Amino acid sequence: MTPVLQTVRLTHRYSEGTPFERVAVDSVDFSAQRGEFIAVIGHTGSGKSTFIQHLNGLLKPSSGSVLFDGKDIHSSKEFTRQVRFRVGLLFQYPEYQLFEETVYRDIAFGPKNMKLKDDEVDERVREAAGFVGLGEEILGKSPFDLSGGQKRRVAIAGVIAMRPEVLILDEPTAGLDPGGREELMENILRYHDGGKRTVIYITHSMEDAARTAQRIVVFNHGHIAMDGTPREVFRRGFELIQMGIIVPQITRVMMRLRELGLDVDDSVYSVDQAIAALRETKGGGDRA
Amino acid sequence: MSTIIKTEKLVYTYEGAEAPTLRGLDLEIEEGTFVAVLGHNGSGKSTLAKHLNGILIPTSGRVLVDGMDTAEEQNLLAVRHTVGMVFQNPDNQIVANVVEDDVAFGPENLGIEPREIRRRVDDALTSVQMYEYRNHAPHLLSGGQKQRVAIAGILAMKPRCIVLDEPTAMLDPVGRGEVLDTITRLNRQEGITVILVTHHMEECIGADRLLVMSEGSILMDGSPRELFPRVEEMEAAHLGVPDTTRLMYALNREGYQLPLEAITTEECAQALLRAFGHKE
Amino acid sequence: MLKDITLGQYYPGDTLVHRLDPRTKLILTLIYIAALFTAIVYAGYALVVLFLAVSILLSRIRLRNILSGLKPLIIIVLITGILNLFYTKGEHLLVHFWRISIYWEGVETAIFMALRIMLLIAGTLLLTYTTSPLQLTDGLESLLNPLKKIRVPVHELAMMMSIALRFIPTLIEETDKIMSAQRARGADFETGGLIAKAKAMLPLLIPLFVSAFRRADELATAMESRCYHGGEGRTRMKQLSMARRDWIALAVGVLLLALVILFRRLGI
Repeated sequence: MTPVLQTVRLTHRYSEGTPFERVAVDSVDFSAQRGEFIAVIGHTGSGKSTFIQHLNGLLKPSSGSVLFDGKDIHSSKEFTRQVRFRVGLLFQYPEYQLFEETVYRDIAFGPKNMKLKDDEVDERVREAAGFVGLGEEILGKSPFDLSGGQKRRVAIAGVIAMRPEVLILDEPTAGLDPGGREELMENILRYHDGGKRTVIYITHSMEDAARTAQRIVVFNHGHIAMDGTPREVFRRGFELIQMGIIVPQITRVMMRLRELGLDVDDSVYSVDQAIAALRETKGGGDRA
Repeated sequence: MSTIIKTEKLVYTYEGAEAPTLRGLDLEIEEGTFVAVLGHNGSGKSTLAKHLNGILIPTSGRVLVDGMDTAEEQNLLAVRHTVGMVFQNPDNQIVANVVEDDVAFGPENLGIEPREIRRRVDDALTSVQMYEYRNHAPHLLSGGQKQRVAIAGILAMKPRCIVLDEPTAMLDPVGRGEVLDTITRLNRQEGITVILVTHHMEECIGADRLLVMSEGSILMDGSPRELFPRVEEMEAAHLGVPDTTRLMYALNREGYQLPLEAITTEECAQALLRAFGHKE
Repeated sequence: MLKDITLGQYYPGDTLVHRLDPRTKLILTLIYIAALFTAIVYAGYALVVLFLAVSILLSRIRLRNILSGLKPLIIIVLITGILNLFYTKGEHLLVHFWRISIYWEGVETAIFMALRIMLLIAGTLLLTYTTSPLQLTDGLESLLNPLKKIRVPVHELAMMMSIALRFIPTLIEETDKIMSAQRARGADFETGGLIAKAKAMLPLLIPLFVSAFRRADELATAMESRCYHGGEGRTRMKQLSMARRDWIALAVGVLLLALVILFRRLGI
């Protein structure tokens, strides 16, 4: 099957030809199949944010290429523009990009740029707003009068109103409290719709990555250092820690238990998995 | 020990708001303690923080800093000298283009003698482990480093108490760790009173005292060890209970008797080892 | 990229030029500019260039950085040059075609004018590269201090300037980010006529303004909670003090200007 997105030896250098030149992404081969839910992790400066900005053509590779459905996204101007709408990209703290007089018009910005007909735009705006749980009464308000959490939802609606086949998000939950984080992750999962659409998201929260992604890609120094299921990745906990990545708390406890001599599976990362793993070690324990 | 901050029936209503954000808080904070204030967005925790050095003045009730009423204009400088404040966005509290000049800003405002400022700036930067960055431009630092510079800027004023209003909200896990280590050290080694406002329960583990806020009131008040086990109440206050606590809580429901007050990774692992380890 | 703009950037260092009192550097820059505009003939120009070259060498600022600072102004330099080339009349006709005649004097003036602008910018760049904005504003504040007597808010102006300089890189970074975010939603900043382009800037400018106001508000709160209450009773960690090297540097500056004036009189 042709991957929906693929990078071939993708390299990006900043400030090329100046003394400040540095390689942010170094010869990365990556591919995402339609319907995948991928979490991208890595410490700050590992190149992950630069990497994802290539996936919808915002940044041009210094060398190498990015393919959408097998076709180079920079093969023609027309195609680059098309890809920009088919691969939706949501930046960090997206609430700071809001600018229109009303929430409605802000969400409509993307669809209008797609040159859709008015009734089509209208339908998409209402659908996207409903999707992130913004009620009718909010659509007429100024986005600047909303709370922080609501603003973020407007920004997300603005991207999903373009109905991208691939949704890419850069730390969508940054700065939200646990409640807000939970809601947002649910929205993203719903957009993924059990594999009808593709989702790639950057996160610092290993707990979030572990909970939702089927596949985790770890960036380190501009390279992909690991790529696999959450269990495969968390099995290499010590390597992750060396890369400056904080592993989930449950994994840390299990790693420590192993160190202490308990033969327990330390690739687990959720409470349920931990309970199962602990049961396996003993098949009982000291119940009162 | 003496009381450094005291609030009496503190009520605050934002202009144009119908309901008060703080609903009559009575609070006393001992000098030298590390207090964590935990609450979800909108619980009133930041509003409380802003009262502690006179950024906000109570609608009714009083806030006393070292006995001084923050509502009285002539106390304001002394109040702010006693209680320093670190904010959420590291970019928006750094005034100068060079790290050490920024750290000097506070003491300069206090009219301290130049040589003494130099000494304080060097000490403060050393204390947050940013001394080697003293000549750097702040915008080139990482979030965690910027936040440590902001802390140094407060430290150089030699306050007795530092209030940090969600200082880690915009940081990555590494930066978060740096900031937490720094403030814990300041509290333990230099005896500075620390009030940390956060919505991450994990960040409260090292605190002496934990205040859980909800709907403008203090819902719970006790040591983290006393409060962490109260999982249902924490969840009712829209707080994410750490996975380790959740794990032990779930196991206890199956009949184990794990100590929910084991809140660090190490304590949790030890507790699990005792329950699941093979008997010699 | 916007990030490549180096205006107002400071390159920390510990050279003689860096250590000079900012007031010395400000006055020297003024002297240098005066000399630059006084010099009309080769010897004077050579002297000014020599002065700048020695200053750059002493500051250990790489020539490359100065050149990259000049880059954004290349169009202005070119336009000035071309205008002078075409509009200066003289005695020695070089080329004549259609309605345009180019004289030797025109070539000379064009080169001099272009050079003058570049030297002017290069000199000021050296000032900002070697002087931290805070020092710079301190120096300005101190030099302008007498104006306080006629109620010019010198301290406030200096503080505003230093804060503006502090936030330039932050706002540039932010502009980049908002631009990318809007482009991801299909915004097009490049094509279309003037009006279309201006309209296309709104999705960039509005969030930028909103954010600037938010930052200003938060910064004001942060400054107040760090006991800022205006210039009254404020001390400075880095006291400005004129050292021997400052007086020597100023003497060199005065000498430069004197020589340039002399050369102009002599016509060499």
